[in-house]
Amino acid sequence: MAAAPTTGVSMGEALNRALRDALAHDSDVLVYGEDVGPLGGVFRVTDGLTAEFGQERVFDSPLAEAGIVGTAIGMAMYGLRPVVELQFDAFAYPAFEQVVSHLAKMRNRTRGAVSLPVVLRVPYGGGIGGVEHHSDSSEAYYTHTPGLRVVTPGTPADAYSMLREAVECDDPVVFLEPKRRYWSRQEVELPVRTEPMAMPVVRRPGTDATLVTYGPMVETALEAAETAAAEGRSLEVVDVRQLAPLDDGVVTASVRRTGRAVVLHEASVFGGYGAELAARIGERCFHYLEAPVLRVGGLDVPYPPPKLEHHHLPDADRVLAAVDRLQWESAWVDDGEGGLPRP
Amino acid sequence: MKHTDERPSAPALPTREPVRLVDRHGRRVGHSSFTAPDPARLVELHRAMLIGRRFNQQAGTLARQGRLAVYPSSTGQEAAQVGGVLALSDRDWLFPTYRDSVALVAHGVDPVQTLTLFRGDWHCGYDPHRYRCAPQCTPLATNASHAVGLTYAARRKGRDVAALAMMGDGATSEGDAHEAYNFAAVWNTPVVFLVQNNHWAISVPLRQQTAAPTLAHKAVGYGMKGYHVDGNDAAAVHAVVSHALAEARAGGGPALVEAVTYRVDAHTNADAPQRYRDPAEVEHWKERDPLIRSERLIRDEGLIGDAEETERVLAAFGAEADGIADTVRERLAGEDELDPRSLFTDVYATVPPLLEQERAALADELREV
Repeated sequence: MAAAPTTGVSMGEALNRALRDALAHDSDVLVYGEDVGPLGGVFRVTDGLTAEFGQERVFDSPLAEAGIVGTAIGMAMYGLRPVVELQFDAFAYPAFEQVVSHLAKMRNRTRGAVSLPVVLRVPYGGGIGGVEHHSDSSEAYYTHTPGLRVVTPGTPADAYSMLREAVECDDPVVFLEPKRRYWSRQEVELPVRTEPMAMPVVRRPGTDATLVTYGPMVETALEAAETAAAEGRSLEVVDVRQLAPLDDGVVTASVRRTGRAVVLHEASVFGGYGAELAARIGERCFHYLEAPVLRVGGLDVPYPPPKLEHHHLPDADRVLAAVDRLQWESAWVDDGEGGLPRP
Repeated sequence: MKHTDERPSAPALPTREPVRLVDRHGRRVGHSSFTAPDPARLVELHRAMLIGRRFNQQAGTLARQGRLAVYPSSTGQEAAQVGGVLALSDRDWLFPTYRDSVALVAHGVDPVQTLTLFRGDWHCGYDPHRYRCAPQCTPLATNASHAVGLTYAARRKGRDVAALAMMGDGATSEGDAHEAYNFAAVWNTPVVFLVQNNHWAISVPLRQQTAAPTLAHKAVGYGMKGYHVDGNDAAAVHAVVSHALAEARAGGGPALVEAVTYRVDAHTNADAPQRYRDPAEVEHWKERDPLIRSERLIRDEGLIGDAEETERVLAAFGAEADGIADTVRERLAGEDELDPRSLFTDVYATVPPLLEQERAALADELREV
């Protein structure tokens, strides 16, 4: 496996640069939340922004998530484009009613008269040794709500590009930042614009099976594909990027090519976003499939304490074990001359 | 870094006795801090309340006839709604709840469009930007922080915009109310929170809602001024909300106004108030009807003119209110054509592929029917 890059731009730095450029580009953009001011956020994603743009544009708010989202809704009603940080996945829950009942629905309730260009930045997921309530993969709560765009970057370049696009977007965007990847690096020159966030992308082409994933698991999927390649199996990695609304064309095209699919996310499997992906692949690719679509994810348990979280988090081995279960031998009998259908 | 324990001094506690400028017999009551609006405004308040009362009656009838899916009446609360709304300037925003139809009508929203929600045609029937009026809020107190954000944004854009954020007594128990009060006070945004204490949150009485001496007392903990007002006295509500708005505009901070009133009707037409409250209590409050006192004041003081002129103008107000109610009834007589394909248009700024597919599938279903 290739060593992780130690040079280039980290995802955290890319996000910071995206906020800086968005603030510089549009005076209606403002950034607020808990500890995002002089401290620069608990993950330093807003580092230096108050110093550069002033307290008027980047500031600390009272410690109240429903209030943060509610005021952002009001600001957007009057033409601002607030980007608010909800410090951790599980700390965003107090804002849930504002997100689901107002942020997501305002455009629809008012027949398009009121749009809410609000970005909710939510550091999410585990793998950083956080104590309880600091590691939830909360994406399915949001993707089940029509009206929200739910996006999550898997690379620093995407982190920059997708956050810029999210700020420019006239829909409310739940921008899920895979916090364990804040320190992942990539050689990329900023500013950069990658593919539109609504489009899934093929991160690594392959021919034998497709790994469909997003956010923190993109890196894991690529690691698994690298290992599989060394063992002679070619895995394609598709990064979904915008989870909702989903444009599944790239996903289904890939699975139709490869004939096998593993859906991978960090969240618990039961009722997770992967169930939607698997069902959709089943509906759209049934006649192309050589094996059932498998899901790989976290355990169906509350997020474990730090010393046990590695048992919960899917790693490349768990992915490869699933790939091994894709009925490689069942469909064809090798007769030495290209294979025969099994009777 | 500067370390300081300096804090602003506490606002004065609201009075236990509500601010009242006109008593239930229509007689003026002197007050040390507030004076009643001028005669023209008092007459205007009465006119708007008459329209509101008639509107409540008409909407209630339409609900009983099944033309509205539901209607939450605000009969008895007209003074609180009209008194507050008429204090707004033509730049200010209203953030109403589902029980504030009378406030919407007084604010200038098309009366039929205020009923779209209850008719079941759509959620919000009007363009919020056109009327400077947020959608009627059904989840409790969640509209309050929107008012804070909107006025914050307006100030950032250099515009003099205040907001009236409405909620009921039950809503003050919600966390969103607390957060909105706190944000408004910390950010010093020009919002007046108008709490209509109508004593009942569906079936739960005020005493099971709060242990606060008055709801206005809640303001003090946020460093905000609280006013405890007779909510059936349109003159008092108008005077206090006007004062609070002026102070808030001038940078004096937001305020919470508790207007003590009473929900004379059921929660909605689907409610059964005889299960939880004594009819005698309703009768007690009917004697304190806001319209009775304003009409008495107008007649006794000759605010319109001599007796003949007074009769003529009051009759004209009544006819105007009837006319509005008639128009509402006529415009709601038929069924508007609702295109189910419009379900997909305003979910996102543009229709995403998945919704495009569902729209096509629904169109197929419609063709088959």
